[in-house]
Amino acid sequence: MNSNTKFNILRTALSIGIALLISFVIIFLTSKEPVTAIVQLLTGPLQSARRFGNVIEAMIPLIFTGVGVSIMFSANQINLAGEGSFHIGGLVATFLALKLSLPQGISPIVLILAAGLVGSLVTAVPAILKIKTNSNVLVSSLMMNYLVLYFCNYILSYFIKDPTAGSVVSYAVPETAQLMKIIGGTRIHIGLILAFAVAFFGYVFLYKTKIGYELRITGENEEFAKYSGINVMKITLISSLLGGFLIGAGGGVELLGMYTRFSWTSLLGYGWDAIIITTLAKKNPLYVPLAAFFLAYLRTGASIMSRSTDVVTEIVTITQGLIILFIVAEQFLSKFRHNMIAKEAKATLTSEKEVK
Amino acid sequence: MILNALLSPEFLNATLRATTPILFATIASSIASKSGITNMALEGMMLFAALFGVIFSSAFNSAWLGLLMTMVIGGFIGFILAFFVLKLKTDEILAAIAINLIASGATVFILLIVSGDRGVSSSIQSIALPRITLPVIENIPYLGAVISNQNILTYLGLITVFIAHIFLYKTPLGLRIRAVGENKDAAESVGISSKKIQYIALIISGVLASMGGFFLSGGYMTYFTKDMSAGRGFIALAASSMGGNTPVGGFLVSLLFGAAQALANILQMGSTLPYEIIQMLPYITTLVGLGIYSYRLMKKNQKLNEK
Amino acid sequence: MDKVLQMNNIMKIYPNGVVAVEDVTFELEKGEIHALLGENGAGKSTLMKILFGIEYPEQGQIILNGVETKMKSSQDAIKKGIGMVHQHFMLVPSLTVAENIVLGVEPKNNAFIDMQKAIEISKNLSDKYNFDIDVTLRVQELPVGIKQKVEILKALYRGADILILDEPTAVLTPQETEELFVQLNKLKADGHTIIFISHKLDEIKAICDRATVMRNGKSKGTYNVDDISTSEMSRLMVGRDVVLTFDKKPLNLKQTVLKVRNLSVAGSTGIKRVDDISFDLKEGEILGIAGVEGNGQSHLIDALTGLTKKFIGEINIFDEDVKKHSIKEIRELGLAHIPEDRMTLGCAKNMNILDNMFSNQYDRPEFSGKFMLKTKKIEQRANELIKEYLVKCKSFKQNVGMLSGGNIQKVVVAREFSTNPKIIIANQPTRGIDVGAASFIRQRIIEYRDAGCAIILISADLNEVFELSDRLAVMYKGKFSGVFNDVKNLTEEELGKYMLGIKKDDRLEGIMYEQ
Repeated sequence: MNSNTKFNILRTALSIGIALLISFVIIFLTSKEPVTAIVQLLTGPLQSARRFGNVIEAMIPLIFTGVGVSIMFSANQINLAGEGSFHIGGLVATFLALKLSLPQGISPIVLILAAGLVGSLVTAVPAILKIKTNSNVLVSSLMMNYLVLYFCNYILSYFIKDPTAGSVVSYAVPETAQLMKIIGGTRIHIGLILAFAVAFFGYVFLYKTKIGYELRITGENEEFAKYSGINVMKITLISSLLGGFLIGAGGGVELLGMYTRFSWTSLLGYGWDAIIITTLAKKNPLYVPLAAFFLAYLRTGASIMSRSTDVVTEIVTITQGLIILFIVAEQFLSKFRHNMIAKEAKATLTSEKEVK
Repeated sequence: MILNALLSPEFLNATLRATTPILFATIASSIASKSGITNMALEGMMLFAALFGVIFSSAFNSAWLGLLMTMVIGGFIGFILAFFVLKLKTDEILAAIAINLIASGATVFILLIVSGDRGVSSSIQSIALPRITLPVIENIPYLGAVISNQNILTYLGLITVFIAHIFLYKTPLGLRIRAVGENKDAAESVGISSKKIQYIALIISGVLASMGGFFLSGGYMTYFTKDMSAGRGFIALAASSMGGNTPVGGFLVSLLFGAAQALANILQMGSTLPYEIIQMLPYITTLVGLGIYSYRLMKKNQKLNEK
Repeated sequence: MDKVLQMNNIMKIYPNGVVAVEDVTFELEKGEIHALLGENGAGKSTLMKILFGIEYPEQGQIILNGVETKMKSSQDAIKKGIGMVHQHFMLVPSLTVAENIVLGVEPKNNAFIDMQKAIEISKNLSDKYNFDIDVTLRVQELPVGIKQKVEILKALYRGADILILDEPTAVLTPQETEELFVQLNKLKADGHTIIFISHKLDEIKAICDRATVMRNGKSKGTYNVDDISTSEMSRLMVGRDVVLTFDKKPLNLKQTVLKVRNLSVAGSTGIKRVDDISFDLKEGEILGIAGVEGNGQSHLIDALTGLTKKFIGEINIFDEDVKKHSIKEIRELGLAHIPEDRMTLGCAKNMNILDNMFSNQYDRPEFSGKFMLKTKKIEQRANELIKEYLVKCKSFKQNVGMLSGGNIQKVVVAREFSTNPKIIIANQPTRGIDVGAASFIRQRIIEYRDAGCAIILISADLNEVFELSDRLAVMYKGKFSGVFNDVKNLTEEELGKYMLGIKKDDRLEGIMYEQ
């Protein structure tokens, strides 16, 4: 392991540590029962199988979106339309589940694939706009999210709304389309296995395939990629399509696994979560499940804490923000890093002399 | 029927009202962009402002003092963003995302601490800025109904478009902001500190965004609710971008968003046309507009390069 | 005559140990145009950066108008009456000429810029020196020549007495150059002192009073331009201090692999950077291309390697038209390319050595299947290459950005040479790297030539071009000014004359290619 990797791990751990510490201080300053709150936050999810199940359930969509965003960010495509991809993925899965009658077993597969395909179109639009007109991907991808939101609201209200239900929700998805629960006493569904597969596939794709290699080179230095003979435009498009596909499929999985009706009428924030995950996992899909577990654990702990004490769940939203700030601040701990690198450089120099 | 609705003074009046928060944020975005930084933290800045507006107005028992305090806090958040981006070399997009996240959590948290309310500031006696009627104009048929009887911040917003334009194009600081954003080296070569200029631009951006946020809870509504900025910061980013990052251009595009929102509100109350489609319109328009704008910019730059 | 500036015994050592300027003394007399000439890397720029407060000397003193002074920053230098016109213009394109001129010291009317006054000041300044510029136009709409004048006005507005012009004519057309000279003479008559950085000897003869020649960080003396011949100047400027030798097999030419006919390449400003060049390249030879930087070498390479398609004329590799092929296809024809700037084009510094070694060959059947990379084979090969090219590193997992310049260049060379190329284009292959790495890379280039590879070598290092080349072409203003089949009997002095445009050979065609 070289000093760079070591430093990254250290910085990530320290960032998390400092952010948690700040959050604890806030809890101490504001709560009447700070110790209980912190204990609940940290150990709450371990207190019952059902609670731990909540952590695992919450991980599933985070893995899908985290891997999708990791792939786009690896190609230096700062495309934030994942939010829209996820949302429309849920809608497409619901819509087709209601309109098509597919046999059990095949149904979820078709629905998830369709969700992914439509999701990939959402992230592809900003990429195509970038290629054709040089528009800012960040801005156009943000616009896509709202466009998708209102489009989904429209489809929900006019095509699949259940008028007998008390609120704006779709008809219930037939049971043949829903994802199988795999662990009794929890809502953990087969999507978990899919999610792990996606993380593994994402890793293999980025680090073991030709296109993944091209994609990473393009993301690190576009000029170098062009000089090497890589078709940069193709890579831009592929990374957006694939990223959106995984995120859209994640939306479909979440809907079919955790809901019986489509009830999303505002953006859920999975796109933003994915950026936290990507930042924590350093754009490597293999680390995404770990980051997703961490985030899911923190959130489950927070919701347990808020139910039994006077501290609200939002405290962990602050924690997440702080973690990102510390991890991405280049100069944070830079002196320390400098020393580490200098030490290594010295070591290399001495070994060079020995070679001579 | 829709045409009638579109031309009615009530609709245009509502449009101006709905435009106001977006407008402030759009100008905030253009000033940051002109200095070379994308301020995606507008969303969080507005949210913080919406909360602090309610708290401080009530605490000082004065909406104006509340606004002033909120602007100070807005400027401070702008400073924090600048500090992370310029001093700690944080990616500006990720730093903004972090600030937005913190805003989303901290506002709920602070509200609970201050008032014991969870998510809606129902127990705070908030004081909103008044609506005012404009003498003389009020009596002009049609125009009076459109322009008069708006919240004072709406007028302030319109004046801010003008002031921001003068600031950017007629003052030394404005010239320096534009110079730094376009060619940092050129500005540095004549002794302008690009960092200092960007700090200033982001602080101004924060102050303006906070005025938009203040309007949400002290004009548009009279209370704070969780996540009430509802993406307006991002819309402002797009409006500013499509408006070429100029205050006047941004104003025109933000009117488009305001109109769509006002129209959707009207249509929501018993209409045959789905209002979701109306809500989509400004986003489609922005995407297309952004595409055309960027394409022309690209062609223009190519032409200039060939010169 | 008054001495307005004395820079005595200036020494500058960069952190990486390179001595950029060594004990240089440089003096300016009031109201002269003083040429500072030398090849790239001779130390001219460093000396001027010290004067302009961008770099600080380790030793030496600066005496300005008789008073010893320190230049703390460029701001400080501007305050003390020094102005610099950079080669890359420091202008804000969307602002008007007047706005650019007053930027930072704007005339004010209360809180606002007094635009009327700014325009007036700029216009007066422009009229005073017959610059004839419409100061209300936006800079982006102006041709290069005018942009340069704006830069000069900017410096004058800030009260510059000493004006540093960094290769001002490099971007100008002959007409614009002539115009510039008229204006420089006007400035001189007005009492301004001008430092004219250049290596165009005819221009120096035309406009300068005195000239200081630099080579390898040292001053080779200051001369009255009237008292020194252009060939003497070129002798002082071009030369080697140590002669290196390499063993090469006798020349064994085989078939022609690269044919270039009537090639012209336009630069970004529309000036022809390569002007109607034709030549052949054969297997088994090294064609060296010498020349002062900026005479079209980079543009020639961009066209040959497919990086630009904006050229007219023909480039054929194995009878395939380069214009019709992508960079990837050109590489597949057997072309390898060591780029001039290894950090922007040659590597991705945040990726590891292995990732950097296969960007041009990962899709060869030995390293990948239809989709998957053959990781084991690649790792094995990476280890082989690291050994073969003596890349000093911990393992192939180390990021390239952590290596020394020499080792990064070895990674680049290993990548480019390991594809069994038929044609190698090596652009400054040993620039800025340690002696050991440089000598290793040169050795490899010779090995490939001996094995029958066709090689184009572009280098500012005379030792390198002299010792490696079988044939040597000199580029001057986008054309070949001389081509030599017998490199062994060519002297440095002679070469210098061709590089600086003192001599030109018209009998090129017969030597360079068969009709």
